Amino acid sequence: MIQHVTNPVLEVHDLTVSYQRKPVLWDVDLTLPQQALVGIIGPNGAGKSTLIKAIMGLLPLNSGFVELFGKPLEEVRKRVSYVPQRESVDWDFPASALDVAMMGTYGQLGLFRRPGSREKKLAMEALEKVGMQDFANRQISQLSGGQQQRVFLSRALAQDADLYLMDEPFAGVDIATETAIIELLRLMRDNGKTVVVVHHDLQSAQDYFDWIILLNMRLVASGPTEETLTPPLLEKTYGGRLTELSRVSELLQKKQFPIRETKPTRK
Amino acid sequence: MNIDAFWIILTGALVAICCSLLGCFLILRRMAMVGDAISHAVLPGIVLAFLFSGSREVWTMLIGAALLGVACTFLIEFFHKKARVQADASIGVTFTTLFALGIILISVYAGKVDLDQDCVLYGEIAYVPLDIWLTESGLNMGPRTVWIIGGVLVLLLLFITVFYKQLYLTSFDPAFATAIGLSTTLWYYLLMGAVSLTTVAAFESVGAILVVALMVGPPATAYLLTDDLKKMLVLSALAGTIASAAGFYLALWLNGSVAGAISVIIGLQFLLAFVFSPSHGLLAKRRQPIAVMKANAV
Repeated sequence: MIQHVTNPVLEVHDLTVSYQRKPVLWDVDLTLPQQALVGIIGPNGAGKSTLIKAIMGLLPLNSGFVELFGKPLEEVRKRVSYVPQRESVDWDFPASALDVAMMGTYGQLGLFRRPGSREKKLAMEALEKVGMQDFANRQISQLSGGQQQRVFLSRALAQDADLYLMDEPFAGVDIATETAIIELLRLMRDNGKTVVVVHHDLQSAQDYFDWIILLNMRLVASGPTEETLTPPLLEKTYGGRLTELSRVSELLQKKQFPIRETKPTRK
Repeated sequence: MNIDAFWIILTGALVAICCSLLGCFLILRRMAMVGDAISHAVLPGIVLAFLFSGSREVWTMLIGAALLGVACTFLIEFFHKKARVQADASIGVTFTTLFALGIILISVYAGKVDLDQDCVLYGEIAYVPLDIWLTESGLNMGPRTVWIIGGVLVLLLLFITVFYKQLYLTSFDPAFATAIGLSTTLWYYLLMGAVSLTTVAAFESVGAILVVALMVGPPATAYLLTDDLKKMLVLSALAGTIASAAGFYLALWLNGSVAGAISVIIGLQFLLAFVFSPSHGLLAKRRQPIAVMKANAV
């Protein structure tokens, strides 16, 4: 079930990516609509992070191409924002939350201009949007995991892009932060942005996203949530593993445990 | 203080500032040992430049060494990425081989090359005032080394102030830097080029070992004292300067090696920062859990 749209924000065409000659993504072909909250879902090692890294040009492509707003990435870089996985950086780095948020403005500054008061203001506004304004001068290692994730989001917000690609923004954050983040992403969507999120949790995917990409090396499905999050397609994405998972969750539901507790443990 | 002492301390301080500024970026990129590698690997470049030009002319030596320095970082990257050897193993193999190549060249052409291993490894900062730059009209401009290192320092200060944001971002988050269109490879090689340049300018007076000490010690001390990269750069340059002045007087008092004394002071500074740093020190850490709990409760 791969549904294509006209006038896509993002078009991935026949994309194949491999590490050390071993293919990780095979022949992925999809388009994404404007103003949508998109979830990329699949088991570990399915190539979810690889897909957005390839879209951002961080990995060499074996074949295919990626177009954003109908143009190659190089021409529209300022309209696209990328949020890497939280673990990908050293949080002991001598930087404050404000410093990190300010990095979002670097792209507009060009080669020589240095960040000034205007950039500082943009960064502060971005920190306010994620509720981190009181921690602006806190060193980043002294923030909790959820707070660090919010600082990463504020850096993307400071970029003021139209398309956001986020690598596991919900990994290792508490429920309160997760709720705050999803509220923010919904707000961004309502303002006409497209937000693409790599996500692990099937339970919450249902209410979080308007559009779902099911991935397991090959593209299993891409389309509106209600048409893609169906048992046969999930079965196809997760193979045998899903049946066990759903059996456990059914069992727990019967015992009336809160649904939250059935979340699969994240890596 | 006599004029010779002044020149020696000034040279030491200039070298210290160059090395410790670059060292800050190196230790934040977890690449302190790349500085070590470059400082050794430039040796064959210096010897080859010497053999080709036949003189200890500064510019040929700078170019020869800078080329070898960048080649060394390239080889380290190459072995690490393509041959899948661990980064530290790749560093070890590359620079020892290049350094050994330089040693062989020196020993084979011992008659023609006015260099020896001791000079390269330990330098001799005490001889700095002997090599005076005289203009054609006979004007005494002071030691040649001071001018060379001073020039390198000006270049470095320009490089770091103008391109601070690029160096900062590519060190902290290369993936994000690439995503907004910065070339991490370009900034990596520019930084390594700067390290090679500094090493060559410094090696004649202070030797490869002191270069390594200055590139890692003061930045590590500064890292323990602050959480702000700009302050870290300033503190690190300050610590390096203090170490070179204090080291000089320690050596004078002991009548021993200046480079050795400077390195010992650097170690001492680190130890002091490790124990007494207000934020990361041993003493502060005992109190910290309570302070953090209070801060989070607010």
